[in-house]
Amino acid sequence: MEMNLSLGPLLYYWSRDDVLAFYDEAARWPVARVHLGESVCSRRHLLRLPDWLGLAEQLAAAGKEVVLSTQTLIESESDLKTLRRIVSDGRFAVEANEWGAVRLLSGAGVPFVAGPTLNVYNPETLAVLAGLGATRWLPPVEMSRVTLAALLQRAPAGMETEVFAYGRLPLAYSARCFTARHYNLPKDDCQFRCLDHPDGLALATREGEPFLTLNGIQTQSAGVYTLIGELPALRELAVASLRLSPQSRHMGRVIDAFQAALAGESGGADGLARIMPGPPVDGYWHGRAGLEHGPEKGGAC
Amino acid sequence: MPLDLVCPAGSLVSLKAAIDNGADAVYMGFRDNTNARAFPGLNFDEAQAAEGLRYAHDRGRKVLLALNTYPQPDTWSRWTGAVDRAAKLGMDAVILADPGLMRYAARQHPDLRLHLSVQGSATSYEAVNFYREHFGIQRAVLPRVLSLPQVENVVRHTDVEIELFGFGGLCVMVEGRCLLSSYCTGESPNSAGVCSPAKAVQWKDTPTGLESRLNGVLLDRYGRDEKAGYPTLCKGRFEVGGETYYAIEEPTSLNTLDLLPEMLKIGIAAIKIEGRQRSPAYVAQVTKVWRAAIDAVKNNADSFRPAPAWQAELNKLSEGQSHTLGAYHRPWK
Repeated sequence: MEMNLSLGPLLYYWSRDDVLAFYDEAARWPVARVHLGESVCSRRHLLRLPDWLGLAEQLAAAGKEVVLSTQTLIESESDLKTLRRIVSDGRFAVEANEWGAVRLLSGAGVPFVAGPTLNVYNPETLAVLAGLGATRWLPPVEMSRVTLAALLQRAPAGMETEVFAYGRLPLAYSARCFTARHYNLPKDDCQFRCLDHPDGLALATREGEPFLTLNGIQTQSAGVYTLIGELPALRELAVASLRLSPQSRHMGRVIDAFQAALAGESGGADGLARIMPGPPVDGYWHGRAGLEHGPEKGGAC
Repeated sequence: MPLDLVCPAGSLVSLKAAIDNGADAVYMGFRDNTNARAFPGLNFDEAQAAEGLRYAHDRGRKVLLALNTYPQPDTWSRWTGAVDRAAKLGMDAVILADPGLMRYAARQHPDLRLHLSVQGSATSYEAVNFYREHFGIQRAVLPRVLSLPQVENVVRHTDVEIELFGFGGLCVMVEGRCLLSSYCTGESPNSAGVCSPAKAVQWKDTPTGLESRLNGVLLDRYGRDEKAGYPTLCKGRFEVGGETYYAIEEPTSLNTLDLLPEMLKIGIAAIKIEGRQRSPAYVAQVTKVWRAAIDAVKNNADSFRPAPAWQAELNKLSEGQSHTLGAYHRPWK
């Protein structure tokens, strides 16, 4: 089966109009699958679950496979309430991003996607998930090609692998909101400052080197992970799908670049570099520090 | 028994210091990357573990073994071997994060007591109950991200004993869901058992101040009158929007002495003291204070007030000589 493209969940907080316009375009992009829903912060409310479900219907009607992505850090009873509503809706596939969602989905007998924050580092844990109804999974973003290859040698039959292949890397989750902290606001009264930062808030070292990106309670890399040059290796591992993580500008062109690369056209990586919101990184894939680029020190940086 | 005091044992000397000063249980790791404090010179080989167990059991205390990193595919047998050894040695419990390894432990050693590590990132009762139903865990250590009312809600909806961090280094991120260290150095707690590893740290005296770097990335620069702490990645000073500040977290420790009466009331089973990498003297001092505090709160929760001498003692030992209630206290967020 030919590798296809998957649009990851929107990790940032955009205006309602911007979100609707983004997915209106997404209906026409050459992606097989679209992940919808708020997976980062429960305070973000410009689209509520019924709005996401409405978008899901539209995208499904446009021929996309739709997956609802659940919140990664569950803290309150109201977070669980939203989670239960997603599980019980039943119209769409669901991506579980923590083990409470796995419990609810397996209990309801709903097949699901095992998201990248479930920490699947070995085939034994993947087998546990397969037994509970997972049909697709994503490795943790820090996993190298070599480790993934070793894991997949003993992967359960029928399990599809999707790999995070483009975008700023989601690296950490906290109870604290770092965007609110930047503005000296309490989290409970954050005034939704994330809306001012459609691609997150840049964090640099004291000598001005881009390092991380603050996105509310989530911390991302400053560098943009891209595996566009690794398609042969990904094919060799029989990876089914490549996840591309939304950014506020040029997302259609990012997808076109990957689509062209999948079709065997060269030069996609150069075009991509011009529209990325940060420097390219791929150290994790090569078994190195995530912020590095290229297979070895002094490589393609 | 509520509010058991669980103390860190990075070495046999620390283990004895913790037991002698009143720990109800200690936790340790084997000398490899099967635990999240895989530091050179730390942890136990099998003979030392056996001696530690003897010392604790002779005094009616317990020993818990942390096997809380995520097993890697090529070295899976290192983790299962560690579970087998734990069972053979007679560990009172193993503290695990990986569901695959839990399944192995539950099948091969049905009598071995399982605790869910904080590295398992379970922040809701649905997650905690998942591990209970599938692997029979008896206790869960919650990440340092919930407020006390949220903790209480977890306790109310599960049969699993709940253990909370009480004192020591403060992870501001959900444990098990933080890859900042591997982004910067290639090694994370999940896969390598280390955070901000010492081998990646560089110190340099420069005309503009003392610099700390992690794999070349500048984490902080200290003025002449500033005290420099261990360069943990999330506790550096960075530039955001033209401002330089502790963008993620100050170099501070968690200290929840003030919350002991509430923790007792909620029904918290155990309080964990962080710090297997700390000295035996540190372990002795911290254990002594917490033993006295827990005895006092159990004796009379209504009139409990942390003694100023306890707080002074703990402040001396704290990172940055300051402490916080962390996420247990909502305004911190």
